[in-house]
Amino acid sequence: MPMDELTLDHGHDSHDHKPGFFTRWFLSTNHKDIGTLYLVFALLAGIVGYTLSGLIRWELAQPGIGPLTSIMEMFGAQAGDEAIEKAKQFYNVVITYHGLIMIFFMVMPALIGGFGNWFVPLMIGAPDMAFPRMNNISFWLTVAAFALLMLSMFVPGGAGGNGFGGGWVLYPPLSSLKGHPGPAMDLLILSLHTAGIASILGAINFIVTILNMRAPGMTMHKMPLFAWSVLVTAVLLLLALPVLAGALTMLLTDRNFGSQFFDASGGGDPVMFQHLFWFFGHPEVYIMILPAFGIISHIVATFSRKPVFGYLGMAYAMVAIGAIGFIVWAHHMYTVGMPSDMKAYFVAATMVIAVPTGIKIFSWIATMWGGSIDFKVPMVWAIGFIFLFTIGGVTGVVLANAGIDHALHDTYYVVAHFHYVLSLGAVFGLFAGWYYWFEKMFGVKYNRMMAYAHFWLMFIGSNVLFFPQHFLGLNGMPRRYVDYADGFATWHMWSSIGYAITLVATLIFFVLLVEAAIRRRKAEANPWGEGATTLEWTLPSPPPFHQFNELPVVKAEGGH
Amino acid sequence: MRYLFFLISGLLAPLGAMASEPTQGALGFQQPATRIMERVISFHDFVLVIITLITLVVTGLLVWVMVRYNKRANPEPRKFSHNTVVEIVWTAVPVLILVAIAGPSFSNLFYQENEPDLEEIALSGDLDDPNVFVEAAQKGWVTIKAQGNQWNWTYTYPDEIDSSGYALEFVSNPLQTDLSSDAPHSESRPRLLAVDYPMVIPANRYIRYQTAASDVIHSWTVPSFGVKTDAIPGRLNEGWFLVEEPGVYYGQCSELCGRNHAFMPIEVRVVSESQYADWLALMKDGDFDAATQLVSKISPMDEAARLAMAD
Repeated sequence: MPMDELTLDHGHDSHDHKPGFFTRWFLSTNHKDIGTLYLVFALLAGIVGYTLSGLIRWELAQPGIGPLTSIMEMFGAQAGDEAIEKAKQFYNVVITYHGLIMIFFMVMPALIGGFGNWFVPLMIGAPDMAFPRMNNISFWLTVAAFALLMLSMFVPGGAGGNGFGGGWVLYPPLSSLKGHPGPAMDLLILSLHTAGIASILGAINFIVTILNMRAPGMTMHKMPLFAWSVLVTAVLLLLALPVLAGALTMLLTDRNFGSQFFDASGGGDPVMFQHLFWFFGHPEVYIMILPAFGIISHIVATFSRKPVFGYLGMAYAMVAIGAIGFIVWAHHMYTVGMPSDMKAYFVAATMVIAVPTGIKIFSWIATMWGGSIDFKVPMVWAIGFIFLFTIGGVTGVVLANAGIDHALHDTYYVVAHFHYVLSLGAVFGLFAGWYYWFEKMFGVKYNRMMAYAHFWLMFIGSNVLFFPQHFLGLNGMPRRYVDYADGFATWHMWSSIGYAITLVATLIFFVLLVEAAIRRRKAEANPWGEGATTLEWTLPSPPPFHQFNELPVVKAEGGH
Repeated sequence: MRYLFFLISGLLAPLGAMASEPTQGALGFQQPATRIMERVISFHDFVLVIITLITLVVTGLLVWVMVRYNKRANPEPRKFSHNTVVEIVWTAVPVLILVAIAGPSFSNLFYQENEPDLEEIALSGDLDDPNVFVEAAQKGWVTIKAQGNQWNWTYTYPDEIDSSGYALEFVSNPLQTDLSSDAPHSESRPRLLAVDYPMVIPANRYIRYQTAASDVIHSWTVPSFGVKTDAIPGRLNEGWFLVEEPGVYYGQCSELCGRNHAFMPIEVRVVSESQYADWLALMKDGDFDAATQLVSKISPMDEAARLAMAD
């Protein structure tokens, strides 16, 4: 085993020798510190993304264009028509950056960079990631990408405004020179290229770590499900991101070097971009949800005091979801004018995904079945996840049918669907993981009452926010509209009320963080008891700077 | 409770008040105006029942395990982690459900997507088949091209030659763009939905619509027709529909197209064949305002036409 040689690098150091502040946080090669950096980064980016969604709900609370006009006036636009015209474009910019930030700089860094870095090595009994320096590059490239994205929001884009307002899908010709001649789009392309490189490096790191650095005795089929979920996610990233990079590069040369890949007047085809984008984009949505699947499995098992039901089924369901995820992309494009036989294929392939997803939902419930369930904070988030993800999943089955999708494509029904699986699914998984591992990571306890209040307000608020959007979509409310026909007003108002409730929840969350930081109640090594069987709970909280200097040996009958 | 609402709403949508525009507090689809949309709604309601049941089953199971297997009710957990029979069941049953959905899904899709063969329908169409319209088929297609521009629609009637020898073509602009120049809106000209020169089509005729775009991608849709087709530069997309009831039907551009994306509505006025002929004559003479005035009141079909249609 090369494992022993690898650990020698760290083995001679004293047990908990931490470098100075700058070296530790800016030049870090320690997977736990990099994980913390990712989490802090995701938290900050999440505040920006969440604020942008607040602007959206503020603007849409009532018909007419109001709040955004005031903002435009604050930034120097003349009151009246000029401010309104600017507000229209600004709205498109807001929705675009909300989507990009939440996907690339909140959910992905938190679930993969944050929890993945922290807990994949701990769970598989490895001293660190396989390539610690590459890990550092991954993180700082993500920061650089975010800086480029923020910069692009404040330089000229198109339609007389700053920033790119063409939606996170970046469809040309709106993203070409024709739609957005300014440098905002070029900076955005550069940002996504950088974020993509960061993610590919991270993915390679995870794959190598998981395949080579498992503790002696930990076969693939004994590996914790979170490690499985990150492995599948990393493979998806490795295969999908280069396709996005290709599409972005073609867009970049279209914009700057006179190529015409996506320009119909030069023999190009705008729809080709959509195929390339969604070949990346569909796996991307599984990239966001699979790590949450892994987290939920551990939490459900821990608090039911029962091993995960159907471990192999759970692992291979994730593999299946990842594999099928690559052959369903055009269900995002049912209205572009595809032949009906092609649509029929994508309908069938898309619906197949419901089968492995159903296996996961039922296996979580079966894990609870016969258990002794303790409704600790992470568990209520996990149960909330299962419920909300189910709703988001079944509306996905509706949308999979091209015939119905012709009515619902690009309406709020789609917005409701993907927010149920992401904003309520991935984010509930994220918070479940946060409350599950918080004490392990930071060594202090959080206030449980505040955490329950956070959950309930978030659960109620996000349902009030997103459930009415199904009704809006059915009734024909198109996406990405700064102002809407008066008949949509009632449900838009409810949706904005829901946002206000989540705002209270989010404030409680931040108070909880501050309270925990001030009080510094010492956390136990394993606060969850005998149900918590994975290796991270064998270490103190927080774990030592370098762990597993002597590799743990996983026994033949060791739990998952 | 929410699901009940959702369920009932979907089922009741077709029975609600006539509405070809968004309705305050509505829970479901707009009133269908085409056979395509009727089929979409009935298929959607079928799927809605299935997904509601699935959600209820999952919720019921969750509630059951929370009540029965919480640590007070069940202090000592059992340790099983496999049950082959259960695993086969929860793999096979979803497969069967999906197969049950796929059947009507495909027939629904192909009905919408595959342009009907009017000659065949005219010759051998079944008068009792609600999916085909024999009398309309005998009259052939009415073809209209909708071209998306930033930010309005250009409608072309390629088969109708105007007084100057070109195909009839006009631009349909929104009445409101939230600016000070907006036209006041009224009950009959709903805000953000009404246009200056609407697209006008005859009732009970097969309409072949084509979409194209002059700048960026747009998407032409009318929710109560159940059609939505992207308008893409360099492509000519095509679809069909047939509206039985005269009336005013609204839609809105459904692909983000820049600053005024929310301000390029689609207004379709479906009129009787005679009114359509009068409108066409005025349009061909270039008197767009008089033509539009003519269709501002839509005359209901006379009883004879209605009876002929029922046959």
